[in-house]
Formats: sequence, C-alpha cells, structure tokens
Amino acid sequence: MAFVQSFSIWFIPFLIGFILLYGTYKKVPTYETFVEGGKEGFSIAINIIPFLVGMLVAISVFRASGALDYVMMAMRPLFSLFHIPAEVVPLGLMRTISGTGALGMTSDLIATHGPDSFIGRLASTIQGSTDTTFYVLTVYFGAVGIKKMKYALKVGLLADLIGFLASIAAITLLFYS
Amino acid sequence: MVNYIWVGMMVIGFVVAAVNGNMDKVNEAIFTSAKEAVTLSFAMISILVFWLGIMRIAEKGGLLEVLAYLFRPIVKWLFPDIPKDHPAQGYILSNMAANLLGLGNAATPMGIKAMEQLKILNGGKNEASRSMITLLAINTSSITLIPTTIIAIRMSYNSQSPTDIVAPTLLATAVATIGAILIDRYYYYRSLQKEGK
Repeated sequence: MAFVQSFSIWFIPFLIGFILLYGTYKKVPTYETFVEGGKEGFSIAINIIPFLVGMLVAISVFRASGALDYVMMAMRPLFSLFHIPAEVVPLGLMRTISGTGALGMTSDLIATHGPDSFIGRLASTIQGSTDTTFYVLTVYFGAVGIKKMKYALKVGLLADLIGFLASIAAITLLFYS
Repeated sequence: MVNYIWVGMMVIGFVVAAVNGNMDKVNEAIFTSAKEAVTLSFAMISILVFWLGIMRIAEKGGLLEVLAYLFRPIVKWLFPDIPKDHPAQGYILSNMAANLLGLGNAATPMGIKAMEQLKILNGGKNEASRSMITLLAINTSSITLIPTTIIAIRMSYNSQSPTDIVAPTLLATAVATIGAILIDRYYYYRSLQKEGK
C-alpha cells in the first residue's frame, strides 16, 4: 500500500518533469506553448455546461421522485434468479448513472457489512471496475458538440452490465471458491 | 434514442413524484442539480487548462508521435478508421495511459482532445463516428491498474487488507473493456447493415 501511495504521488511530477525537459531539449518555447494550449481548457469547460446541466437534472429528477427505487425493486427478482446478492443491485444501477451517488452507496455498503465481507469486497470491485457511463458520455461528447450519439449509449450500458457481472464472478472466484 | 431517455427520465420522474407526493423534493432536485452541473464544469476548468497546456508541450516536442509510433498496432486494430500518423492517435494513447495509471483528471482532457481530432476527421459533423464511440466505450469501462479511491475508503473502515480487491477489480475491468470493444464492433457492423438496406 505504501508503494501504491508513493507511486501516485511521484508519478505526476515525474511525468510533468519529463514532458518539460523533453520539450526544452526539442527547443519548444515551453511557457508560451503551455499558455497557448491551456487557453482551450476554458472554452471546453464552458461547452460542457449545457450538456451536463441537462443530463444531471434529468437524473436527479428520476432519483428524487423515487422512480429509480421502483426500477431497482422491479429488477430485484430478475437478479435473484441469477443468485446476484440484492444488496449490490442498487449500486450496479447507480454506478452507470451517478459517480458520486455510487461512491456514497459503496461507502454505505462497506460501513454496514464491513470492508472484508463478501458484500464489502463486491461493492469495492463494482465501484472500481467501470466508470459512470452517463457522465463520460455527456462530458466527452458535450465538449466537442456531438448531439447524435448513435449506438454509444447502448455500448456503454452493456459494458457496465458486463463489468457488474464480472465483478461478482471475480470476487466469488478469487475469495470464495 | 438519447432524446427519449432524457424526456422519459424527467416525465416518469414527475409522474412518480405526483403519485408519491414528493413533488417538493423534485423541485429542489432540479435546481440543486443544475447548480451542481455548473459547479462541476467550473471545477473542470483548472484541470483542463493545466493538462491541455502540458499536453501541448508534449505534442509540439513530438512526444505524442513517439507514443503513437510505439503502440501503432493496438491503435490500428482498435481504430481502423484513423489514418496513419494522424494526431488523434497520440491523444487516444495518452488518454488510455492516463486511465490505466488512474490519473482520471488527466485522462479527461486528453480524451476530449482526441474527440476533437476525431470530429475533424468526421468532417465536423455533430454526429458520433465509429472511432468516437470506440473511444467512449474504452473510457466508460475504464481499465484502471490501481483503484485508489476505493482503497482509501476501505482503509478508513479499517479493512484487514484494503488492497486485496485490486486483483478482482483488474479482472472485472479487463473483462468489461474487452466486452465493450466487442459490443462496439457488433453494433458498428449492425449499423452498416442497416444503412445498406
């Protein structure tokens, strides 16, 4: 763990230092180039705003109204049919919709069941194995103004389902077989 | 399809709230989440400005080309539509590398730059191209070597071995990414068939 932590702390300065030295070696006007490249960041962030507002409002209306709870309840029997623990089903759904929401659920599951329990480990793996599809879709496409997503959402959601099932399989296989 | 999902989430939300009698919560949710979205976008400015600045230096120095050259076979297989030596390749690889190393805040700016290049390749249309969807699929399934946030949470709840979920996470994320790439291929060929008809 100490290694993991120090790796993350050392890696970013190392990477930046390497890029800066390499640029200097290649006679790039580093500071001017940095400023010029950075300028774009502002307009990209502004471009994302309407996409993110639209998506987050819709998701939060769906959540706050209780509609998401009904979807979870409706899906429960289907999941229990495949011996998927009911405790992690809401997390699996939340993972694709909201990053912070899922993180909250994961902490909650870890707190209730213990970090080294089956559910605790499973929640940790589900949280780490995929990213928030709706968020990634909104930010990446929003930044460059893509409005027709075609089959992108389907691919993202199916990948999430695979990640969810693979998490259950991995935990069962590595710890409980 | 996004239009239907978007309207569906809102309208179903309103109807359910009317039945449940928690319309006040929904009202609050609309405005707090709109505010949250703007805050989130503004929070991204610092990261975007910094990493895009650094990446421009890497680009001008030719580092991205080196990266693209080293991993050419992978990119060529994943993104057959991108012409040889196109700048999109370098950005895609930096995005993948940053994801792999768990540098989430560096991965986003590079992914956006890659999207920008892919949009130019697609004639500037506001429609997603094949390569864009593949890049997105790889990002939503996010291969990460070390899930640092989760490890930190596990530590704070006194786990006996906070890192023991690294192996299963790696396994699950690898399966998800491979799955994403295959599903992406499947839908691409299906969309070709549809267009052919």
